[in-house]
Amino acid sequence: MKFKKFGLAAVGAAMLAGSLVLPGLAAAQEQFVPLLVYRTGPYAPNGIPIADGFNDYMQLINTRDGGINGIKYAWEECETQYNNDRGVECYERLKGNGPTGASVVNPYSTGITYALIDRATNDKVPVLSMGYGRADASDGRVFPYVFTMPITYWAGADVMVQYAKKESGGSLKGKKIALVYHDSAYGKEPIATLERLAKEEGYQFSTYPVAHPGLEQKATWLQIGRQLRPDWVFMWGWGVMNSTAIKEAAAVGFPMEKFIGIWWSGAEADVTPAGAAAKGYKSLNITGVGTSAPIFADIEKMHADGNGIADKANIGTVLYNRALVNAFLYTEAIRVAQGEFGVKSLTGEQVQWGMEHLNVTQAAIDKAGMTGLLSPVKITCADHEGGGSALVQQWDGAKWQAITDFISPNRDALRPAYEESAAQYAKEKGITPRSCS
Amino acid sequence: MFYREAGQFKTSYSADQAIFPIRQDRLGLLLLGLVAVFAVPALANNYFLETIFVPFLVFAMAALGLNLLTGYCGQLSLGTGGFMACGAFFSFKLATAFPELHIVVVFLLAGLGTAGVGVLFGLPSLRIKGFYLAVATLAAQFFLVWMFNKFNWWTNYSPSGVISAPPREIIPGFFVTGNEASPAAKYVFLLIFVAVLALIAKNLVRSRTGRSWMAIRDMDIAAEIIGIRPLWAKLSAFAVSSFYIGISGALWAFVYTGSVEALAFQIDRSFQVLFMVIIGGLGSILGSFLGAAFIVLLPILLNNAPAALGIPLKVELISHLEFMIFGALIIFFLIVEPHGLARLWQIGKEKLRLWPFPY
Repeated sequence: MKFKKFGLAAVGAAMLAGSLVLPGLAAAQEQFVPLLVYRTGPYAPNGIPIADGFNDYMQLINTRDGGINGIKYAWEECETQYNNDRGVECYERLKGNGPTGASVVNPYSTGITYALIDRATNDKVPVLSMGYGRADASDGRVFPYVFTMPITYWAGADVMVQYAKKESGGSLKGKKIALVYHDSAYGKEPIATLERLAKEEGYQFSTYPVAHPGLEQKATWLQIGRQLRPDWVFMWGWGVMNSTAIKEAAAVGFPMEKFIGIWWSGAEADVTPAGAAAKGYKSLNITGVGTSAPIFADIEKMHADGNGIADKANIGTVLYNRALVNAFLYTEAIRVAQGEFGVKSLTGEQVQWGMEHLNVTQAAIDKAGMTGLLSPVKITCADHEGGGSALVQQWDGAKWQAITDFISPNRDALRPAYEESAAQYAKEKGITPRSCS
Repeated sequence: MFYREAGQFKTSYSADQAIFPIRQDRLGLLLLGLVAVFAVPALANNYFLETIFVPFLVFAMAALGLNLLTGYCGQLSLGTGGFMACGAFFSFKLATAFPELHIVVVFLLAGLGTAGVGVLFGLPSLRIKGFYLAVATLAAQFFLVWMFNKFNWWTNYSPSGVISAPPREIIPGFFVTGNEASPAAKYVFLLIFVAVLALIAKNLVRSRTGRSWMAIRDMDIAAEIIGIRPLWAKLSAFAVSSFYIGISGALWAFVYTGSVEALAFQIDRSFQVLFMVIIGGLGSILGSFLGAAFIVLLPILLNNAPAALGIPLKVELISHLEFMIFGALIIFFLIVEPHGLARLWQIGKEKLRLWPFPY
């Protein structure tokens, strides 16, 4: 039993050390946020700016404002390598830290989000899956602890179609639209919405799955560029698939202006490997582009004072900004919850209340110095998406430029689809949807 | 000292053929069993139960299945991930189509279904051997994952292709899947389930069937000459192995993660299980458990170590260190004992039996 003994001893030592460390953290009034990051592994180029954005925003709240009404943020990173099992392990490792446990969890991976929905709901920790994860989780009656604000994939598909329609002179009748997608849960999300819109708008819709990780796309693009010759190509890609798609699209001569990626196909790391070929490529974005918002002056100052955490090269990149907006949204939710439960360390359950009563108006956005980084969001018990919107950005060869204002998706048609899908989930899982009236 | 067998006489054939002929082993196992069933759920917190013991048991089951095929019957397979996916999706379809079916029955039926698939993909093993067979089983891996990804019927037409385990009770009031399942209930259920199946596997490999597998492994032509039918031996190995692997896939989806997409069973999963079997010990039931422990637990332990020791390191550095140490340890163990951890344990035991005069 040598090995088992050794293993048990090691586990025992780890437990002992863990229990010794915890009480020290519990002393001060703090708001704990677990950060599930991927600074290593195949998606590290995307994961690093995201993690940097979170670190910088919470550091800014702590150093500039002395915390949220005096309650400072405490956070800990855990490396997931974008791996679902590791994501679950990280969540379980960190969920109990801090004086009141995790306030909110931001998985930044559709797979990890799926794996955490059950667990977090059980633990009463809100999951803020900002522009990823389950679209039907927008139905707060079935998913009380999951928030999809400001916008879901289905709504993103709607925005893309709206944009394409406007650019095509107001009608898509008889046009051809192709979807190139990562053949996974994530990539399949928009298909149902795009099929429905195909009926309504009268365009011809075809799908092209790309097997993970997406380095093999020659055949796909030959079919698209030589055979189908669509008017628009939409892409749900991730990681190395994005730059490969751009290169292959350029190789078959597909015009970049007609090629629109989702917001996970539109970061600097997605276009720079494709070099000059990427010029003119478009993508959606749920956050504003660049460093013109007033908050960046504060971030500059924080870095000048030596308190910054991020790599300075990442400041103002697409994914850094997204993480800033993400951290801003839960910070506002914590403020709302403090108004209800008092200024102290709040539990996940209390933060969930704050999220459900979150109303980020344009005035609140301006006050926080986030002007132009996001559009107003209002969450209710039933609606966890909150009416956010997305803009279209274009790569000019050196940086991303916003080329439209925030475009609102047509939610009258989306909402019934969310509710139908959520109802099916509730039936399978034996969940009785709570009443929101 | 620990293994002084003086005075332990075998007076019957059944005593002589016992799985654990030495009394100390029996006592040790009983003690381990009692600790695992009673002390661990009582003492370990949810983190240990949910993220260390539960995946360890699920992977031990998968490694056990592959070990029956690769370790005992000598058929190299890279289709483990695909067979796990079979188990997961079969049990999802069964559980949602027949909600009144007991969860254990669902798992067993899913295992049987996977056994059928395993036999189908085992047919080429009658003609091709060794590395060529590994390539043929690769077809199973890619085909099965593609199939579950491609056809929405398997996921009950979920728009994203993700299946989510419905809540089920093992006995009324004790949920083992779904939201309400407590980590302790999951752990104890898994422990008993895996222990029973491991016991069956242990007896199976000591039986006529198991011996025919080993004969095929050691020299298939000789085995054929002494009257073992390769068709029967190889396909039964594929069937039993797939049965275990299928159940482990079902447990993965239902008890461990709770929701799963076909991509969770990619080729990496097959390699992971194969490495468990190689490092744990080919042709050893104990080795399956040791290998699973090594591959599943060690990286988590390494990742947690700096924080537990109070050394502040950046997460990316910890992650890189984890890879380096883990890789070095794999090489170390394979050099020190190419036959795996189980063999290391066996040597240790032999030395202890002869102690203090080992030779």
